Formats: sequence, C-alpha cells, structure tokens
Amino acid sequence: MSLQYFGLHSISGSLVILDHVEGAQFDEMARIVLDDGTERTGRVAMLEGDKAVLQVFEGTHGLSLTNTRTQFTGRPMEMPLSGDLLGRVFTGAGRPADGLGEVMAEKFADINGAPLNPVSRQYPRNFIQTGISSIDCLMTLIRGQKLPIFSGTGLSHNKLAVQIVQQAQIAKDSGSEFAVVFAAMGIQNDVADFFRRSFAESGVLQNVVMFLNLANDPIVERIITPRCALTAAEYLAYEKHMHILVVMTDMTAYAEALREFSSSKGEIPGRKGFPGYLYSDLASLYERAGIIEGIEGSVTQLPILTMPNDDITHPVPDLTGYITEGQIVLDRGLEQGGVYPPISVLPSLSRLMKDGIGEGYTRADHSACANQLFASYAQVQDARSLASVIGEEELSALDKQYLTFGRYFEKCFLTQRFDENRSMEETLDLGWMLLSLLPKSALDRVDDQMLNAHYDPEAAQALIEKTEA
Amino acid sequence: MQTQNQQPVIYSVNGPVVKIRNTNVFSMMEMVYVGQRRLIGEVIGLTDLETTIQVYESTSGLQTGEPVEPTGAPMSVTLGPGILTNIFDGIERPLRALEQASGAFIGDGLAVPVLNEEKEYDVDIKVTKGTVLQPGEAYASCQETSAILHLCMVPPNLSGKVTYAAPDGKYRIHDEIVRIVDAAGKEHSLTLCQKWPIRRARPAAKRLAPSRPMITGQRVLDTLFPIARGGTAAIPGGFGTGKTMTQHQIAKWCDADIIVYIGCGERGNEMTQVLEEFTALKDPRTGKSLMERTVLIANTSNMPVAAREASIYTGITLAEYYRDMGYHIAIMADSTSRWAEALREISGRLEEMPAEEGYPAYLPSRLSEFYERTGAYETLNGREGSVTVIGAVSPQGSDFSEPVTQNTRRFVRCFWGLDKALAYARHYPAINWTMSYSEYLDDLARYYESKVDPKFNEYRTEISALLKEEQSLMDIVRLIGSDVLPEDQKLVIEIARLIRVGFLQQNAYHAEDTYVPLDKQFRMMELILHVFHRTKELIAEHIPLEAIRESGIFETVIKVKYDIPNRQLERFDTLTQQIDGILDGLRRKKKEVL
Repeated sequence: MSLQYFGLHSISGSLVILDHVEGAQFDEMARIVLDDGTERTGRVAMLEGDKAVLQVFEGTHGLSLTNTRTQFTGRPMEMPLSGDLLGRVFTGAGRPADGLGEVMAEKFADINGAPLNPVSRQYPRNFIQTGISSIDCLMTLIRGQKLPIFSGTGLSHNKLAVQIVQQAQIAKDSGSEFAVVFAAMGIQNDVADFFRRSFAESGVLQNVVMFLNLANDPIVERIITPRCALTAAEYLAYEKHMHILVVMTDMTAYAEALREFSSSKGEIPGRKGFPGYLYSDLASLYERAGIIEGIEGSVTQLPILTMPNDDITHPVPDLTGYITEGQIVLDRGLEQGGVYPPISVLPSLSRLMKDGIGEGYTRADHSACANQLFASYAQVQDARSLASVIGEEELSALDKQYLTFGRYFEKCFLTQRFDENRSMEETLDLGWMLLSLLPKSALDRVDDQMLNAHYDPEAAQALIEKTEA
Repeated sequence: MQTQNQQPVIYSVNGPVVKIRNTNVFSMMEMVYVGQRRLIGEVIGLTDLETTIQVYESTSGLQTGEPVEPTGAPMSVTLGPGILTNIFDGIERPLRALEQASGAFIGDGLAVPVLNEEKEYDVDIKVTKGTVLQPGEAYASCQETSAILHLCMVPPNLSGKVTYAAPDGKYRIHDEIVRIVDAAGKEHSLTLCQKWPIRRARPAAKRLAPSRPMITGQRVLDTLFPIARGGTAAIPGGFGTGKTMTQHQIAKWCDADIIVYIGCGERGNEMTQVLEEFTALKDPRTGKSLMERTVLIANTSNMPVAAREASIYTGITLAEYYRDMGYHIAIMADSTSRWAEALREISGRLEEMPAEEGYPAYLPSRLSEFYERTGAYETLNGREGSVTVIGAVSPQGSDFSEPVTQNTRRFVRCFWGLDKALAYARHYPAINWTMSYSEYLDDLARYYESKVDPKFNEYRTEISALLKEEQSLMDIVRLIGSDVLPEDQKLVIEIARLIRVGFLQQNAYHAEDTYVPLDKQFRMMELILHVFHRTKELIAEHIPLEAIRESGIFETVIKVKYDIPNRQLERFDTLTQQIDGILDGLRRKKKEVL
C-alpha cells in the first residue's frame, strides 16, 4: 500500500492517533517518517471508525501533529530470519545493532507467533545436565521446559544463568547443535556486558543470538523484545533443528513496561496496577517453549525475574509460576551466608522432572534420593525454628542430627564453585552420603531395599572430616 | 447509516472485541462470523447504537468495514457420536483436524467439521413408524467407543410421532435415520447428532439428592472429604501445590463413566501429557484405554482468551449430553481462575465498571450458574445420570481471600485446600486437613456404613479428632519443644504422624498406592486406631514411648500402604496379630523388670 497519511490527529504517551484512515488492519505495522528523514515504527493497537491508534516503538519524542508521514505496511510485525542469526546482536526491536548490516532473510515470520496445537506437542522427557547439584538432583531441567529463576535484586542470578549456559549438556545424545538466544529487557549495560563477556570466554558467542533492550531504551520496544527473541528461537529450533536455550532477563522489567504502556492506553488495572491480561500476555511468551512431535529441535526457556522486595506473591512471579513448569527460587539469606548458588530448595520445583529422571534417564535411585532430601531438609527448617526459640542445647537428639544434616547439606551439596561441573553420579552419591548423617528410621520416603543399597554412615563421616579439613 | 438490508460491517477493533454501529440484525449471544476470514464470534452486548462482539480467534489483520455475518443461532456445540477420545479447543473445534488443516501452529478462520462426518456407526433404531416420541427419548443407539454406548435422543424441546424410521444399519452422523411430525404438523428430521447452545443447561426431569460418593481411590478424599456423585468441589492452591496432579489422579481413577477434562488457560504440555498418559493407561474397571471414556477440551493459556471463557460452558454442555444418556460424568476444570481472568479481560475491553481486583461485578453470578449445572438427575427419558465438577482454583499470590476463591467457596460443597507448606515438604496430595471440608459427609454416611463397614464413619471421626489434637499440641511443641509433653500426648503426636505419613500421604507413582479401594482405606484406618488404643494402654502402664518406638511397629504401620497389596487385605489380620505380639512382649518385659 503506497497511501501516505500526513500529520497526526493526536499524541498521548507512546500512542499516536491518525484519522481519516482507510483500510488499516488491526495489529499491522506502520512506518512513520519524520520531516528530518528519520523513521519510526508503529503498530496498530486499536481501530475505531476511521481512526487508528498506533503504538510507536521508538517513543514519540520529536513528533508533532504535522511533521510526519505515515504509511501502513499491510503486514504484522515481522522479523527476518536465517541461519546467519547466530553470533549476531540486535536491538530490542530486532534491528541489527552490531554494525554487520541487515540479515539476509530466508523468510519473514510474525513475531507474535501462533499458538502451538497441544496435539502437535511432544511431551518433554530428556533431561539437561546443568552440572549444578541442586538443580540436577532436586529440580531437574528438561529439554523443552520453561523453568524460571525467581531472584531478587543483587542476588547472583546472572552468574547462575551463565553457569547453566556454560555447563548445559543439552545436545549430548543427539547430533543437533546447541545455541542460546539471549533477550535482555530493561537490564543495565553492565549486566548485558557481563553476559556478552561470559559467552565470549566460554567460547559460545558464535552460537548466541542477542536481543538487547537496555534500561534506557524505550519501553514499547521492550514489549516486543522477547517476541523477537522467541521468533528467532522457534526458527532455529524447528527449521534449523537446533536445541535452543532462551535466556530472558528481566521479566519484571518486561511486565512493568507492559503496565506503563497499558496505563497510557487508559486500561482498567488489575492487581498492583498491572493490566488484567498480564497472565495471557506472559503465557503468550512462556508457552512458546516446547518440542514439536516429529521435528528435531527444541525451545527451552530460562526466564529470570527479580521479585520486587523479594516477594514471591507479587503478580509477576506469581503469574509466572502458574504458567511455567516449576521455578528455581534464590534466597537472600543463603546468599548472605556465602552459599553459591543460593538456591532455596523447598520452594523450588521442576514439574517435568518426574518423567525425565530415573531408570533409563538418570539413575534408578534419583527420585527416592530427591524426595528424601526434600523431606529431610523440610525437617531441618522445623528444627531450626525450634532451636531459635529454645536453644540448640535443648533439642532432642534427632533434631540435633537434623541441624548437622542441614549444615552439611548447604555446605557440600548446595554450595559449589562457579566453574565446578558435577556429574549426575557425583550429585546423587553426595545426596545419599548426606542422608546417611540421619538415622535410618528418619528416612521414611525411601523403601528398605533402596535404603540398604545407599545408606552408608561411614562415607558420611568421611565427608564431614574432608569438609572440615 | 446502515439499515437492516445492508450487510453489517466492523466499526472498531480492540483486541478480541469488535464493535458494529447502527444495526439491529443481531440478537444477544448469537454466533456470528467476523470479517473476510470468517472468524467465529459471539454477540455479548447490544445497544441502539452499538453491537459488541467477542471474537474467538486472533483478530490480527482485521479491518474496519469488513462484513459481519449473523447466523441466527446462539453459540452452540454439536452433540453426537465421535466426541469421546477427541480433543477440542474451547469452542469445540477438533484439534487433530486443525493440525491437519494448518500444521503444528493453529491458524485462523479454519472451518473444520466438529465430528468425523465420514465415519459410519452401527446404529440400532429403536422406533418404528407411528411411535410417539417424548422430549429426550432415545430413538437409536450406537457403540461410540468400546466402553460407551451412545444414545441418540430427541432434542429436549421436541416431541412427536414417527413418520419414518430407517432400518438398522451403518450410518454417518448427518444421515437422516428418523423423521417425526410434531403437534403443529411440522416435520423434523433426526440424525445421529444435534446442536445445543452452550450457555443453556439441558433440561432434566428431576434433581436427585446426593447419596453415593464418587470414589477416587485417594485416601484423603474418599475417607476424610468425600464428594458425592453430582457434587461440586474446588481445589484451590498456589502454584506447585499439586492442583493439576490431583485432578489427573481423580480423572484416572475415579469411578465416573465419562471424564470431561477442561484445560482452561493452562499449559500446553499438560494437555499433551493427559493425551499421552490416558491413551496408554487402562481403565481398571473396563480394561480399555482411559481415552475411551474421556474427552479433552484444551484451550491453553496462549490460545484466544474469548474461547477460554467459552471452554467451561462447552465442557459442561458435553457432560450434560452424556448425563442424559444415563452416565455419571466427572468434569475436571483446570483452572476456573483462568476462566475468571478471561471474563475480567473481556470486561476490561468493554470498559465495564470493575468490582474487586478488576473482576466484573457479575463474577459470582457466572460462577454460580456454572456450578449449579451439576447434580444427580433423573433424565427426561427416566434414566439416572450425574455431572460432578471438580474445579481447580489458582489464587493470586496463594491468597485464599481473593475474589475467585472466595466466590467459588460459596457455590461448592467440597473444599480441598492445598497447602504450600505441605507441598514444600513433598507431602502429596498436599490437601490441608484443617482447612478442607466436605458438606457431603452426612449425605454419604449411609453409603459408607452399608457398603464398606458400619464403623467407617466412627473411625473417620476419630482420625480427624487425632489430627485436630495434634495440631493444638504442635502449637505447644513449636514454642517449647516436644520433650516437656507428657507421654500420652507424645503418643498422640506419634500416631498423628502415622496418619499423616502412612495414610494421608499417597504416592501417585507407586503401582499399589496410586489407587486404593475403600475397603483397604478402611483397614488402614482400623490398623492405625488399633495401634493407637493398644499403645495407649501400654503408656498408661508406664511403658515408655521410646521403647514402643524402638520396637519398629510405627514404621511397619507407615509402610503398610506399600507392603500390603490392594488384593490381599487378609494380611491385615496377620499383621495385627504380629503387632499385638510385639506389644505383649513389651508388657511382659516391663513386668519382669518389676
């Protein structure tokens, strides 16, 4: 369509309204050319009579009611795709930001994607070894899963994400390649830099596609950043048959951008001012993880979000938890106690793990070991709260044993070095060793046969001595 | 200005909401086709100026001025053989057919037949020329799946005399098999299928009082908080507490004839899992694949939000249809909160005045409308059928005081509250026994007494009392430790542990423990209480609890759920004798010391 509209009817926040428009489509893209020759992109957010409401991605500063020419493209927001995406850096709106020029597109795809038909999905079952004991044993990551990291400001979630990317053996048993799509939303320059540097150091940079919407970039652009990233991920996974790990950070900044945008449109707010459709909107991102039956390749998501005020009931972590298949929760108390990675085991969970572990996947004793560790560590918390009231001396013998178990669990199991890559075998053996610090009768989640095979108090004692030395 | 003769056209588009100006051809709740692509929509608001339509598919690419076509009928579902084993979206479009039409990703404006139109069924015609048919009466039957016999029934708003009846034979769903003439002399052609509007309850002859439990094989439900056939239950719980898991367990093992599983705004992978697992699993009663008695409605969280709102009604309409054939249906609705959010989202687009937390003021009335469509009924054709609903609720921030949980509570009679603390300790099912309740206990008491054991209700009360007592004792323990308690109170805590770990906790992945029949549930209660009464005697004789604990009987009782198979309940007798022997031994030893 070559029709151009001169000027605007009105401007409000990041929205502009055009009148006397004919034939505009809902959700299509428009090019807005300013008198000085610069160009902005807008998306039709609402149509009413002959008026069209556009959201302008680069912001509306410098726009006046007379200095623009607007042209509708007749297409939704699309992204050029090709195998050459790997190793490239883009802006949050999907434009090249590394000076290497435009992508030679093999095809264009609507960044909003389309819902994946549940009957076409393949249920994810192959685990990804991250080399981090607490994740591998207790909240195993599965290929095709969406498993967010719930963190707080100042915690080591970025470090953890990098360690997972570096150690993940995602494509161990298949010939497919492994690549990372990294979407930054509203994070600081330093953080983006940290990721870039870490990817470079571990030699994966040529297998990373980065989309960067930094803290000082426009918020409207932030809303499309994850969509661009996921479109690239889907293309690489389902058409180039790669195993893709999508790291999206920070989802809270994304949701806040959505809130800002929603309120500028004058929408009725739900909880804490977030729009009522926050759940559907987040789901339209998270649900793009998965595996398609009969097609090699997968999209695994590792979104990171900072819980405002460390509050897990805040709408962003809350709604995320309802959509994603589990969560890895980081804890400030552990971090301050010098535990890295500071994963709070009890509220963390991987929903898909039950079908991806055990005989044929990891080890036959995996689920027993994990269940017992969870149950026993829950007892540790009870013993600790009791000890804080009546003092450790007054505790029963069993409760004292729980305290010991808890201490070494955190010291030997949770804690590991940034470059320490533990195998599944090591992790599970370590788990049993720690459980052997407790009396046999306290291990009630394990059947006798399993217990006899793995219960070994001497090894536990040796572990303590080694740790203390 | 448009007149009635002109084709109505789109005036505005805002997300899933489309408006038309100056037309009066539409009626409320009418189904319409929107735009050139013929997207499915429904009229949800009418004023003299504007007609408001919610569109069940993505509205990207719609233009103002595109036509909107009325259909003259309300949003309806097609009811007939071929529903079972199928998987539909929220407005009954078959997802397998959509996959063939548009590949792995769902496209827009796809017109696919709801039910397989080519498949031939072996039909028994039950009427002859001259038969007078009443509303709801069956005129034919066919074997829909190997487990379910499908009845073709006269629509509830129709009756008349048969003027033509086809012979028995093979027919497709749209073939005319019977023709009737009504009192006004008008002829109606009857096929294997019919339509029914999703927002209107199908009529039945009489509502029956709940009297039979729906047995789920889950101990905490069947024993402590049973649900009646035709009852309603809510499972509220924060994320990760096991709502979906509990619903899967019930759908797999409960003794309903047919399961309608509504995945309303939930995860795609979960629906895939249900599809895979249910196809592979065998129904313990019929030996056939569980899918043979299941229909799935999958409107996952990334599918259009308006269709999510409709999915609940689609599901319950399908259930009512099978109820009319005399079947007992259990509906799993996961999750009603997502449905309420869909209401909120559409209400927001309509710029309606919000009530609590942005939800529309009509949320409670919509919820009650839905839950009141359940119940046990005598159908129009004299059979007995029931629709039971188990709705998951996902409270925001795990806060049970939020509007959806609070309003749901008012309309359901079973409340199975899931508890984060239990889930964190991996106590599954994480149903909190102090906050949950069932209002059906009295209605079902007779069933348990006559069909299981006269002592069942008595034991249940005692078990509940012990759990209650433990809770008050734990308040003290948390303050000052358990050492200061007298021995008999320590025993209560120990026995409550047996109940919690040995009885309430149930392992869904254990072949023997995943489903437990009522008589084993009873024997387990009996054993725990027997141990309680015997050890209480010993404590009264000043035998220390520590000595009893060391004898290992408590651990034996806890492991009974794994050690005694569901089919070998006589082993409870020998076990009871063994335990008695051990306890008698303790008593003798004590006497010898004296």
